[in-house]
Amino acid sequence: MWKYVLKRVLLMIPTLLGVAVLIFFLMRVVPGDIVELRFAGESAFAQKENLDKERARLGLDQPMWRQFVTWMWGIARFDFGTSMWTGAPIIEEIKLRAALSFQLAVMATIIAVVLAIPLGVVAALKQDTWVDYFVRVFSIAGLATPSFWLGIVFILMLLIVFKWLPPMVYTPFWVDPWQNMLQLIWPALAVGYRYSAVATRMTRSAMLEVLREDYIRTARAKGLWQKLILSRHALKNAMLPVLTVVALEFAFLMGGLVVTEQVFNLNGLGMLFVESVARRDYTLTQALVMLVALVFILVNFTVDLMYAWLDPRIRFR
Amino acid sequence: MTDIGVAPWRSIPAILLLLAGLVFIGPAAAQVKPRYGGELILAVPSEMPSYDGHREGTFGMVHPLAPHYNTLLKTDPNDRTGTKIVSDLAESWTISSDGRVYTLKLRRGVKFHDGAELSSRDVKASYDKIVFPPPNVGSMRKGQYTNIEAIEAPDASTIVFRLKWPQASFLASLASPYNWIYKADILAKDVRWYEKNVMGTGPFTFVEHVKGSHWVGKKNPNYWDKGKPYLDGYRAIFMKDSAAQVAAVRAERAHIQFRGFAPAERDSLVAALGKKITVQESPWDCAAWVAINQEKKPFDDKRVRRALTLALDRHQASRALSKIAVVKEVAGVQVPGTPYATPPDELEKLAGYGRDIKKSRAEARRLLREAGVPDGFAFTFTNRGLPMPYEPVGIWLIDQWRQIGLNATMVTIEASQHVNELRAGNFTVSSDAQCGYAVEPDLDLAKFQSKEISHNNYGRYTDKVLDDLYQKQNRATDPEERKRYVREFERRLLDEEVHTFITLQWHRIVPHSAKVRGWTITPSHYLNQQLDAVWLAE
Repeated sequence: MWKYVLKRVLLMIPTLLGVAVLIFFLMRVVPGDIVELRFAGESAFAQKENLDKERARLGLDQPMWRQFVTWMWGIARFDFGTSMWTGAPIIEEIKLRAALSFQLAVMATIIAVVLAIPLGVVAALKQDTWVDYFVRVFSIAGLATPSFWLGIVFILMLLIVFKWLPPMVYTPFWVDPWQNMLQLIWPALAVGYRYSAVATRMTRSAMLEVLREDYIRTARAKGLWQKLILSRHALKNAMLPVLTVVALEFAFLMGGLVVTEQVFNLNGLGMLFVESVARRDYTLTQALVMLVALVFILVNFTVDLMYAWLDPRIRFR
Repeated sequence: MTDIGVAPWRSIPAILLLLAGLVFIGPAAAQVKPRYGGELILAVPSEMPSYDGHREGTFGMVHPLAPHYNTLLKTDPNDRTGTKIVSDLAESWTISSDGRVYTLKLRRGVKFHDGAELSSRDVKASYDKIVFPPPNVGSMRKGQYTNIEAIEAPDASTIVFRLKWPQASFLASLASPYNWIYKADILAKDVRWYEKNVMGTGPFTFVEHVKGSHWVGKKNPNYWDKGKPYLDGYRAIFMKDSAAQVAAVRAERAHIQFRGFAPAERDSLVAALGKKITVQESPWDCAAWVAINQEKKPFDDKRVRRALTLALDRHQASRALSKIAVVKEVAGVQVPGTPYATPPDELEKLAGYGRDIKKSRAEARRLLREAGVPDGFAFTFTNRGLPMPYEPVGIWLIDQWRQIGLNATMVTIEASQHVNELRAGNFTVSSDAQCGYAVEPDLDLAKFQSKEISHNNYGRYTDKVLDDLYQKQNRATDPEERKRYVREFERRLLDEEVHTFITLQWHRIVPHSAKVRGWTITPSHYLNQQLDAVWLAE
């Protein structure tokens, strides 16, 4: 087991290196120039001399290979440098937004799991009854509804019906839990519903498959309680594909909630991502891509470890 | 009614009416007295990269930071044209007879937020940073001050600017909303300190900035203008999405967004909030221009360029587009209603500004025939990838050009890349925008000088006559003489050579909570942001 863990950890290094090379050169291919965007846009008095000075200050006048080496050397020392746009350390820029994005991802995951697992199990047990049809309609509607659209509906409903809007400024949970929840529960519900739809469908189909397995029939033949069969034998095995879906979705939520963040005016990683690309802030975009890649890798790694816990066959192999 | 207006004392009913009016004005006048207290919440659609006003250009910096600072002069906060210059830190000023020496007397007793007293040394250090920045410091508007020969501080309360030549706009340039006065001692220690810190003399002190989220300022109890500010503080919330800004104003989570909203957003707020919302509107010191690349055929022929502008029915567009986009006024090179604006009768003499659109389009077709393209031709219109106002204006342009047989295809380019394409000349005809931070011909016309002078001349033309006219208007200290040069410049730019042309002036619409008082809209969203006179009604 330890050998397996070590191997997976070591494999992360070339993966991250590949991502680093790819994003560095992709960003340079995208046309646009941060200096022009920041200083020359519509100002008739921006002088070329000033723009060149700024490019030199940001290191953009150096050959591309040297820029790459400088950046990689920084990464090797866990130094991501400073944002080209704000001049602030990148760690600081990300740290500010990561707490909100992480909390939102966790809340949406909780909502999704709380909805998906019972609904998926019930739908599978009551296959082709009205309960199953209801769950299927509920989950297909979730799949078909973009979370940002649902967010807009929530906002309009709150505005028109209650003449109220969630707070516009993020308050950390440990500072004021009530204010925090007032702000984040709505985007979490909007995102969590779509997320739960995917997981519900997966739970239902996995349960249906497992319930037809020989060992379930054997357990029933032995006269085991239905509840015990479901919890110990069926659900645990059906959770393997559900876990993969939930985990990948969680990783996606860490940086992919761009429009939902915009709708609810949330200061999260998704908006930072879009802004950094729009501003051609190379250093920040590169760091964010590396962060998201790392989150995906770590989530995958955790899922693999949980597989072993859930499925003894993997553990003993 | 006219009699009452002209001479109310002539009739008894008029006097009674006047008295009745006074009875009603009485309580209203009492309400006009500003109320102290409260926190103004403003939505800001953009965020500053750094805190240094001398270095940055975005209004996303001006709106949250201007309340921390003062400038030497400023535009009158009650002047809707945004062109009347009044004192801020400079109490008074004199101009030498040759127009080359400006001597300004500073107010006494002005203190920085750390308690240190302001002196001319601070003003000199700030302007030295703007005009003569050290090699490692960016001053993005230093090109505006090439005329300054020397800045002197002969005593603690006097600052002197010596110019190389008389400049009509010099006072206005001292009222630039970016030219905040910094503390000399701080600049001496670290000239870049202000990029990440705040220390001014303004009506509000700095509390906190959470990047991507908000900015907070609180009342400066030691502000030099006694009795001000009225607010206890303000909170600027950064909101990129216009729907979120509208929702925030509607739910009273924000009182105001100073840049402006689209007509549909204004209408939805008015419909939802009724009397709880006040709407202020003004022609905007931004215009929707069309850039024509004169290096591309057949646009090197001014008859073809003239045909493009003659095809446009601006007066009809003003009525139609103003309902859906932030454009409205039919204008020349200066904001309508401001001192150097073109009078309407003169404006109508310019190509494409006439009321008879059939006649204009017949003339356009004739010019195309003369230019050897009688059947019209196809070309690409490059548009900036922003919905407002570029998208509706772009669609309208294509329709207008079709009326004279020109088949334009619109290609939309991401906003951040658009300016690069223009600068590189990778376009044929394109949308362009010109926004000024103050209504001043020097600022508004500089862009249109020859490509050798103006970095932002996207038409890629050289026109020495135009350059000469720019210089003449810049140096004409007599306003009437200056007006004549501005008119000549405009005629050459838009009519004789048609190097480029304006479609419509942008129109600024600021619907805000009716509680917000003491703020007057101006044509520039960079001006009047000090918030010292703003107060919140109950």
